[in-house]
Amino acid sequence: MPEPLKRPKRKNPIVRTRQPTLPPQTRSRVALGLTAAVARGKLELQVCKDCSAVQYPPREVCRTCLSHRLVWRPSDGRGELLTDTVLHIPQELFFRERSPWRIGMVRLDSGVNVVVYVHQTVDAAPCRVRIEASLDRAGQAALIAVPENGRPDLFDDPKLREMTCDPRMRKILVTDGKSTTGQAIVRALAAAGADLIWIGQAEPWKKVAGFEALRELPKVVVVPLDVTDGRSVRELAGEIGGKVDILINTAEFHRTSGISSHRGVETAQLEMDVNYFGLLRLAQEFAPALKARAADGAMSAIAWVNLLSIFALANYPAHGTFSASKAAAYSLSQALRADLRHAGVRVINIFPGPIDDEWDQLELPPKLSPNALAGAVVQALKGSVEDVYPGDVAQDWLARHLDDEKALEREISEGGR
Amino acid sequence: MKTKRKNKSPAAKARTKTELKTTPRKVGTNLHAQLSDLVASGGLRLVDLTQTLSPDFPPIVLPPEMGQSRPFRMETISRYDEGGPGWYWNNLSFGEHTGTHFDAPIHWISGRDLPDNALDTLPIEKFIAPACVIDCSTQASANADFVLTVGDIAAWEKRHGVIAAGSWVLMRTDWSKRTDPVAYQNFDETGQHTPGPDPECVRFLVNERNVLGFGTETIGTDAGQAAHFRPPYPCHYYMHGAGKYGLQCLCNLDLLPPTGALIIAAPLKILEGSGSPLRVLALVPARSRG
Repeated sequence: MPEPLKRPKRKNPIVRTRQPTLPPQTRSRVALGLTAAVARGKLELQVCKDCSAVQYPPREVCRTCLSHRLVWRPSDGRGELLTDTVLHIPQELFFRERSPWRIGMVRLDSGVNVVVYVHQTVDAAPCRVRIEASLDRAGQAALIAVPENGRPDLFDDPKLREMTCDPRMRKILVTDGKSTTGQAIVRALAAAGADLIWIGQAEPWKKVAGFEALRELPKVVVVPLDVTDGRSVRELAGEIGGKVDILINTAEFHRTSGISSHRGVETAQLEMDVNYFGLLRLAQEFAPALKARAADGAMSAIAWVNLLSIFALANYPAHGTFSASKAAAYSLSQALRADLRHAGVRVINIFPGPIDDEWDQLELPPKLSPNALAGAVVQALKGSVEDVYPGDVAQDWLARHLDDEKALEREISEGGR
Repeated sequence: MKTKRKNKSPAAKARTKTELKTTPRKVGTNLHAQLSDLVASGGLRLVDLTQTLSPDFPPIVLPPEMGQSRPFRMETISRYDEGGPGWYWNNLSFGEHTGTHFDAPIHWISGRDLPDNALDTLPIEKFIAPACVIDCSTQASANADFVLTVGDIAAWEKRHGVIAAGSWVLMRTDWSKRTDPVAYQNFDETGQHTPGPDPECVRFLVNERNVLGFGTETIGTDAGQAAHFRPPYPCHYYMHGAGKYGLQCLCNLDLLPPTGALIIAAPLKILEGSGSPLRVLALVPARSRG
């Protein structure tokens, strides 16, 4: 039976903080197709375009007809647990440090056998199960068998908990708590059971509605943080960097400037200074501390969330310079992810469409409410994903982007959205 | 020093109706005479009227849809490290009107067509000038929206003599003692609340006293609510329209005598610069009050 996590004891300062180990990381190009889908929260398997046979593990040619026309298609993951066992002495360090492991073999209804982690709540084989796709600490796809008709919480299984970045009992820094989205995210994290939330506050003389009320939440601390000021970032990292489990970068500067509607580069520079250089300053000061604590017991440093924009994928000319700054931040987040992945710290990017806030005032609905965005952030942490596209507009842009990014660019440039 | 206006802007033509009934007692207007007085006073005291430029010092705030003045920022080039093993230095960025700073006439639309109105063309003899310090600290501590009026000037002149042409008029409010940036900015939902001069007072100082400029301890030479004055921002509008200067974010004005101090305020020489941070020093007679 699942055992809900109890608050762990404080760490023994005499004992060495362990170095992070990771599950095996190497995948072939083809096998990364599975990871790519899981990173966006989907389970996909290869299907043969010629004979419709489903494939597993990922491969170059069809296992039945040798066609090379294999495409990734969504799978419902349903099947039967044929057998399960407990692995006590694995060879890989990551598994060895956490043994024993319950693993099993599932025959999917689509006709392939897969080796999976088995959730604690699954009965003994044989029984019906559903496969959930998750990202392991190395950021690679992992398949987990859960009861066919249940939605068990990975958090309740001590082995599988590490596939999530659940905010429960975590210490979290929200870099800007003054914006409407920042405020909503702080509230959502508090409701999700965060242990402590540091709320970054820049320009304290600018009072914004709702911010003072955040101080009434339990377990929040307002801290000075201005991501445009290297010294401010450095000082806060020196003070709390070694305690932050999850960093959520909500700092954003958004103006509605196209290229020709606004002369000069001052506004664009400010956008870059917050949206791009702000992330860089945070990464340089906080990432080393997070990496050092990536294996710090049950409550280790575990995730970094960036609030990006769907306009990072294709420039929205009405917000042309803002889009460019978000594209820069997106690119930098990939470098940050490459860095943190080796320690097992997950970088999650959120790509919302227009948000129902002051700077998207003139955008037509649908717009994402700050609360919906905050909910998506918490869901992303509770789940096991890297890239989140919350809301209808973001989902639509993503689909068009994946289908043909050039076509998307042209549609947007002709006044569409 | 003799000030001469080559162009008369509309602002400069505005007249005050107030007539002062004081018995004028001239204070020194001549730089050499001032310096002689200082030496004769038996020694000099140097007072630094400058706030430290730091990322934490509050910048001017404009509505967010407008262009924004950058706050002071400092990025290290190297600090005895791989970027430069033997030396330490920084790259700086900031708006011209950051920290303790100087306003040139070109800063305001009313002064845009005046000759020699920018930092690179200002006459350097203006950079050393006597100061008249008007103590408004009691009124400002009681009322953040305190406005300096012609009546206040008259009262000051009655005690200390007529403000000499070519003098800085420095409004002491002790605002610089508000070290908490929130209290220094002093915003509420109707905007900023900081003291400054009223329009008639500025017209009087420009037209009747031909001052060199106006200096404050707050972020602007104008009051926090001066957007609602007529005209808006009268100190900027009239002073710069008449080729006068501004000094803002000063400190230590409480260490200056009402008269007798000499101010050294030389802004950076920036091509078409509208203002610049600067070090403002006061030479104070050793035996003066203050």
